[in-house]
Order: sequence, then structure tokens, then C-alpha cells
Amino acid sequence: MPQPVFIVEALTKVYRTGDVEVHALRGVDLEIDAGEFLVLLGPSGSGKSTLLNILGGLDHATAGRVLFRDAELTAFSERQLTLYRREHVGFVFQFYNLVPSLTARENVSLVTEIATDPMRPEEALERVGLGARLDHFPAQLSGGEQQRVAIARAIAKRPKVLFCDEPTGALDSKTGVRVLEALVKVNQDLGTTTAVITHNVAIGQIADRVVYFADGQVARVEENATRQVAAAISW
Amino acid sequence: MSALDRKLLRDLWRLRTQVLAIAMVMAAGVATLVLAIGAYRSLDETRETYYERYRFADVFAQATRAPDWLAAEIAEIPGVAAVETRIVKTAIMDVAAMPEPATAMLVSMPAIGEQVLNRLYMRQGRTPDPERADEVVVNEAFAKAHGFVPGDTFHAIIDGRKRELVIVGTALSPEFIYALGPWDMMPDDRRFAVGWIARKAMESAFDLDGAFSDVSVKLLPGASEAAVIERIDTLLERYGGRGAFGRKDKQSHAFLDAELNQLAAMARVLPPIFLFVAAFLINITLTRLVALEREQIGLMKALGYRSSAIGAHYLKFVAAIAVIGVVIGGIAGTWLGFGLTRLYGGFFHFPFLVFQWGADIYAIAVVVTVGAAMLGGLRAVWSVVRLPPAVAMHAAAPVRYHKLFAGGWLGGLSQTSVMIGRHILRYPVRAGLTMLGVALSGAILVASLFAFDSIEFVTDFTYYRADRQDATLEFTDAQPARILNEVRRLPGVLSAEPMRAVAIKVRHGHLERRVAVVGKPRGPDLSRVLDTQFVPVAMPETGFAPSEALADILGVRVGDIVQVETLEGRKRIVDMPVTAIIQSYLGLLAFMDIDALNRLMRDAPMVTGVNLAMDAGRANDLFAAVKDMPAVGSVALQKKSLEKFKETLAENLAIMVSVYTGLAVVIAFGVVYNAARIQLSERGRELASLRVLGFTRAEVSWILLGELALLTILALPLGWFLGYWVAWIAAQGLQSELYRVPLIVSRQTYATSSLIVLGAAIVSALLVKRRIDRLDLIDVLKTRE
Repeated sequence: MPQPVFIVEALTKVYRTGDVEVHALRGVDLEIDAGEFLVLLGPSGSGKSTLLNILGGLDHATAGRVLFRDAELTAFSERQLTLYRREHVGFVFQFYNLVPSLTARENVSLVTEIATDPMRPEEALERVGLGARLDHFPAQLSGGEQQRVAIARAIAKRPKVLFCDEPTGALDSKTGVRVLEALVKVNQDLGTTTAVITHNVAIGQIADRVVYFADGQVARVEENATRQVAAAISW
Repeated sequence: MSALDRKLLRDLWRLRTQVLAIAMVMAAGVATLVLAIGAYRSLDETRETYYERYRFADVFAQATRAPDWLAAEIAEIPGVAAVETRIVKTAIMDVAAMPEPATAMLVSMPAIGEQVLNRLYMRQGRTPDPERADEVVVNEAFAKAHGFVPGDTFHAIIDGRKRELVIVGTALSPEFIYALGPWDMMPDDRRFAVGWIARKAMESAFDLDGAFSDVSVKLLPGASEAAVIERIDTLLERYGGRGAFGRKDKQSHAFLDAELNQLAAMARVLPPIFLFVAAFLINITLTRLVALEREQIGLMKALGYRSSAIGAHYLKFVAAIAVIGVVIGGIAGTWLGFGLTRLYGGFFHFPFLVFQWGADIYAIAVVVTVGAAMLGGLRAVWSVVRLPPAVAMHAAAPVRYHKLFAGGWLGGLSQTSVMIGRHILRYPVRAGLTMLGVALSGAILVASLFAFDSIEFVTDFTYYRADRQDATLEFTDAQPARILNEVRRLPGVLSAEPMRAVAIKVRHGHLERRVAVVGKPRGPDLSRVLDTQFVPVAMPETGFAPSEALADILGVRVGDIVQVETLEGRKRIVDMPVTAIIQSYLGLLAFMDIDALNRLMRDAPMVTGVNLAMDAGRANDLFAAVKDMPAVGSVALQKKSLEKFKETLAENLAIMVSVYTGLAVVIAFGVVYNAARIQLSERGRELASLRVLGFTRAEVSWILLGELALLTILALPLGWFLGYWVAWIAAQGLQSELYRVPLIVSRQTYATSSLIVLGAAIVSALLVKRRIDRLDLIDVLKTRE
């Protein structure tokens, strides 16, 4: 029986901008198991990004708590959160966020230099199929390639969890599939717990579980009896 | 108000710290310009007005004893408008409550009527009664230094007799705007006085009935000064004339000239530095603003705004910064300039100040400042005008980096260091100009603070290496050498060395100068003569040793032959070899062996002064004895001069250091802050991404601030170099026959300038670091540049 990596209890998040209060999360309960591939689906403003930001140690909750393997993440200080991101979390962003002045290999090295037990940057890039493009700058790579560099950068430190916020949002279908393939491969090879946020319902088919968000709450959770291979889906 | 203008105001407000930092750099330029030009004009105008109203003479000459009727002949010289003859002598004063003797320059007042030239501006009291021998008008500064008012008395040893003088008035004179005592490097109003006494009293005291020792001449407009000087010299030759000279060689006038030259140099050097830096800052700021507003520019063009209207919008942004700078700088410059002019008014003794702050100064400031700002913004505005709307609506092409610092040769470097290196090399012009800006800030400090090193060097040279005597007695006239024994017997005298000064004309080819040649004993121990390598020179039995400045004027080197013509006693013209070139920073000097000089003069051994070392514990006994020595005309106390000099310097030091520190800080802060803010704007997303990846705040700050730290540290030696260069130019500009400025820059000056620059850079970096610490991590996940 897999151990849960995250236990989320009654998580609430309220943003205040001026006089307006926005309830981004209204009491979310959720468990995420080790090695699980999770897809979070839902319309804009449904709260999925807010949850991911709190799980990723980027934001603080207003109420409720999050346990990360026995540690109470919601009680972490700013410094502890930085350390948590550094040691345990990998991020993949919609717009890749690579450092333009560093090559693919160097972008990965950026993270391996500060990690405790990283893989070699070359190995990380080979895992996402970019073994031949090590010394290219981001400006010399296509969008899909850049996103795979971002995945390599995220997994190079052997994180416990990998968070991807709309990783295919800026890519066409064909390129997006290659990125998803890379994510699935990492999940299977390394056993990294992976959570992917998307608007794209089709992507739900490659997950172990799909969590549907609506109005700051978990509307329902669906388990896929069989996971589709990424190559089989399109949009 | 149009929508674009509203946007302009909001942009200015949003970028207020950057805008203000740039405006302050401009303000510093405007302030120095307004201050320097304003103070220059005011002082120049004040001096001119003073000279004109109080009829300051154009040509001056001294003689030993010239008959009164010669005045009429001088008046006949073509070009001469007015002549006034006087008796001018120095005397020792005995002022109660001051043990050390002071020196007075006594000047006769006309026997009949008012002064024709060099008129007094009476501050208090009245002029002396022509029939009274004991009445004196003293210069106001001396009276103030001792708290004297009309009715007070002091003693003067006039031609051997101690007399009580009653102060009947205090006055200022255009001739003594800057009144320097013998051997002093700074005016010391306690120990030096100018006293105006009735002609009749002076004639009898100095045995000059029907004769004069000093003549002043006013020229007609357009008259040739050189021609008049030549005629006067010919007329005075038989009467011990020591060579006439114009205003430029008159001490008070020359010192003021030097001060005015410094102001003019300030107006030429400082404002361009500030305006250059400001133009660069405007360039980087506007370029960034345009890059950020690319899509808005495209949108406005798509909506039908003309390119010229959008270009004008950005030019207005630039002009607004310039206007803020001009206003702040104009106010600060005017305020500081009035203050500086008043300061000068006190230091130099002017009866009134004429402030000359014409509208044209501000017009010049506006034109050059707005001009520099426009130049700085031109490239960015041009890119706005040229940008086609369709292109503008798309994101800009990604920045291409070069693979410098890749692996291998700098393999040990962390990726963050590689980022720093590549970013610098990707924008080399910007990095270079940032460095240059910081360097200029340091250069301003080096080029201003070096003055103290040079002064320290000159005082060390003068008082500890060359003129090591404690005191110098100068006699009213040449005395037989046996007076040396008399001096040696005075209480507290440890050793004494004779000297003899003789007025001569020295020629080399067509070049000639009138100087006093000083004869000294063969191997003097107190007042030494040092060559340009600072090695003591033993005077050879024959031969002439000019100071470096005099040698340069005459174009002579060791071994050349000069012609020396004596201007005192029996006239002699002799060819002499130049045997050494002497180091000296003050005035034009020439030295000879005293015995050789006596032989040249064809008379028995004579001395005109004695340098002596004294027992400090018996100083007061010595002073008392000297005050009773009839032959002594003046006493110079080297240590007192030095003390006064250092005291005045210390006051100036504090003011000068704070002003130049302020100016340098404005530049360093402006450059580093703006460079950091622009980088943060360009790379904020990149840095926030790294924070998300687990980099700490310190690590992320290092990427941005490390680059600036590197540029700042590289800029420091560049600043030293530029500072040394500017200092060299300044030293050259200050060279005159009056003094030479050695270019000495101490390590402490370099260190101080660097510390001030580093301090300013660190403060601006900390301000930006606060912004880096507050980077929004969530934003970067959602947005693209």
C-alpha cells in the first residue's frame, strides 16, 4: 500500500485585494500517494493553481493544513519553504522559465549545483530525449524542446514531487504530447510523484487519478482503471 | 489633459525613484554649473567694481630712494593716466598680549589731498591727520583679529625707534584683498598688518624727505603695459628700481586670479561629467521603458496615433526629468553659489559683493541639460518611431547569448557566475558605461581630494626639508655681515645663517625676468636649497641656480649661460653658468653662493636677513629682544605660518570633502541604482523562477547585485586612473608664476574615494535588494515577458 506524500486537510485560501475578498480555496481535503501521477482539471479560478502553489511551498494557506510526509508544510517559515523547494520539489512552468543566458546543460546544472544528490545534467537531458542538444541556448530551441529542458531541470535533483502548471499550455498538440511522454517516463522510471494542472480534459487519460476542481473545492475524483500512453491522446 | 500626458505623469510617478536618481545627477551638473559660473562672475564683477571705484593701479614699482620730481616724468610717459608715489616699508609691531612679533607693511598717505590711486575704503574712523606722526589706519582684518577699535594703540619699531601708534580708523584696500605676510602660505591677520601713516611721518622716520620708495600708475585705456613698464624701469634705474610689474604679478590680484581660474575650471570640468552620466542613465532607462511598453506602442499606432506623437510622448518623459533636474540644480546651485561668494567675500577682503546671477546662466543650464537628456533618449525614441505596429504587438525576439565562459577554461565557475559573466558580455556597452559612470564618481573624489596631498607635500617640503629654520629676520636695508654675530648673541638663538637678497634681471637669449637672487652660505643647514631630486645643493663658488619654474620660463638647463644684471647698487652685467636647478613650489626663486653674490655686488660682505634656529623655551625672550633690534624690518615664524596654514586648511577640508562626497555619491548612487532597477525589470522573471526552484534570496540577489559588485570593483581602479588624469589636468591648469602644484595622490586619497563610492553603491544595492526579496513567485508561473 503506497504511503501518502501529501495529506491536505480543510485547506482554505482567501486573497484580499483592496476591499475584495476572493475565496480561492474553500476547504479542500485530498491525499496524494507516493509515485502517483495526478492530473488536476478545472476552469480558470477554480483553485487548482492555488492548491499547487501551496503544495509547492510558494504560498501560505489561510486555514487548514498540509502534511508533507509527517512534516506540517503549512507551518513552515519562509526559509524552510525555500529549503523544501530546493530539496524536494520540481517545477515545470507553462512558459518554461529557462535562464536565457545559460545553455540547456547549464540550465540543468543551475539546479544540480545546489541539490544534495542530483543526477548528472547530461543524464537528466537524455531522459527527456535532449541528449543531442546539450549546448544550445534556449533561444536556439523550439518551445517543446525548451519545455523538456525545463522538465530535465526539474527532475535532475531527484525531487520527491514534480509540479507542472499547464506544461503544454503554450504548445501545439504534437509537441505537447512529446512533453507529456517525457513526464510519464520520469514518473515511471524515477517514481516521482507528479501533479499536472491543465484545462485540457484529454490529458486526464494518462493519469492515475484525475481531480476535478470547481469553485475552490474538489468537485470529484476519478480513478483511471488503465492509463493511456501519451502518444495515444491528442487535442 | 490628453490621455498620453496622463500616462506620462503616471509613468513619472511610478518610476519616481529612478527618475529622481537621474534628475539628481542632472541637478548636480546644473548646480556646479550655476554655482561656478555665478560665483566666478560675481567675484570677477565685485573685483572689477572695487578696482574701478577705488582706483586700483595697473603698474607698480619699487625703488630704494627716488626723488619726488620723478613722479612728473613718470606722468609724462605715453599711456599713463595717473601716478601716485608713496613710501612703503615693513616694520615690526609689538602688540600687547602677543609675545611673538608681528610684521606691518607701512604705507604712506598723501601729504596733500586724497589718495589718487589704491584708495582706502574706510570702515571705521578717519584717515590720519597729515601733521600727526602717531596716527595710523589699519586694515580691518588685523583690527578684528585683535579686537582693536579706533582709539586703541600698539607699538611699531619704525627705523629703530619704538613708537606708539594710535589707531584712528580701519579700512579695506583694493591692493590688499588678499594680504599675505612674509613667508606665510595663508593670510594670518594676527601677525600681519597693513598700516597707513601720514607721508610726512614716513619721510622723517625712514629718512626719505623729498623722495619715494614706491610708485603706482594707472594706465589710459588701450595703453601698452609693457611699454610703460619699460619706461618706468629706465627712469627708476638710477634710484634702485627693482623692476616695475603689472597687476598679474601683484600678490593680492594674482591670488584672486588663481581662485577665479579654479572656479572657471570647475565650470568646465564638472558639469560635463554629470551631464554625460545623466544622458547614459536616461538612455538605459528609456530603452527599458520602451521595451516594456512595446505592445502599448503597437496598440497606439494601430489605433491611429502618429509615430511622431508617440515619439514626442517619450521625449516629454525625458524632458520632464531634465526639467526636474534643472529646477533642483538651479535652486541648489544658486543657494550654494551665493554662499560660496559670501565665503569668498569674507576670506578675501571686499567692502561689498556684486552678485551676478543673470538669467543667461539658467538659460545655459536649461539648454545643456535638456540637450544632454534628449541626446540620451534619442536612440530609444527613434526605435519607437520606427517600430511597425504589427511587429510591436508581438513579443520581442529572445535575447541571444554567446557561449563565452563555456565549460573548460573556467569550469570551476558556478552557473550563477556564468550568468553574471554572460550578461556583462551580452551588453558590453551598457556594462562599460555603468563602469565608467561609477569610475567618474571615484575620479571626482580623487581629483578633488588630491589637493590635500599636494599641499601636505608642499608644506613638508617647504617647512621640513628646505626651510627648516624656526624664524627668519629680514632687515629694513642690507646690513654689514657682522650683524650676524649680534643675532647669534640674542637669547635663545641656537644657530643663525645669513642670507642676502638682491634684485636682478636675468636673461637667456631674448627671455628675461626680474627676480630676487638669494645668496646663501655654502652648506646651509637651516634654510637649504634642494635640487629637483630633493638633494641638498652645495652652492659652487660661482654660478646661478634658478628654481624649476624660473628655469622653464628662461628655457635654461644646467650648463647654460645666463646673463645677470644687478638692479641695486652699482649696475653690473655678468655672464654666469647655471649650476643647478632648484625645486620650489612658491614663486620664482634664484640662488647663489652668498660670497659670490657679495663679490658680484662689489661691496663688503652684507646680509639682508638671517635664518635662525631657536630654543622654543626661550622664544619669548628672543621675541622681546628682536622687537628692540632697530635693523629688523620683519620677522617670519615658520612654525606659526604652518600652524595657521593647517588650521585654515582643516576648515576648508571639511567643507570641500563634504561637497565633493555629495557630488560623487549622487553619481555612484544614480548609476548603480538605475542599473540595478533596470536589470531587475529585465530579469525579475528569471530571478523569481530561480527562487521557485529553491534558490535563497541571497543567492538570487547575488546574480543581479554580484554583476554590479563586479562592475563597481572593476570601476575603482579605472576611477583612480581617471582621477589621476583629471588631477593632472587640474594641476597643469593651476601652474602659475605664483606657485606650482605637484601632482601627489596618496594611497589614502585613493582609498577614501573608493570607500565613498563603495558606500554609495552598497546603499543603492540594498534598496534594490529589498525589491528582489519581494519578488512575486506566483506571478512568474502564469505570465510571460
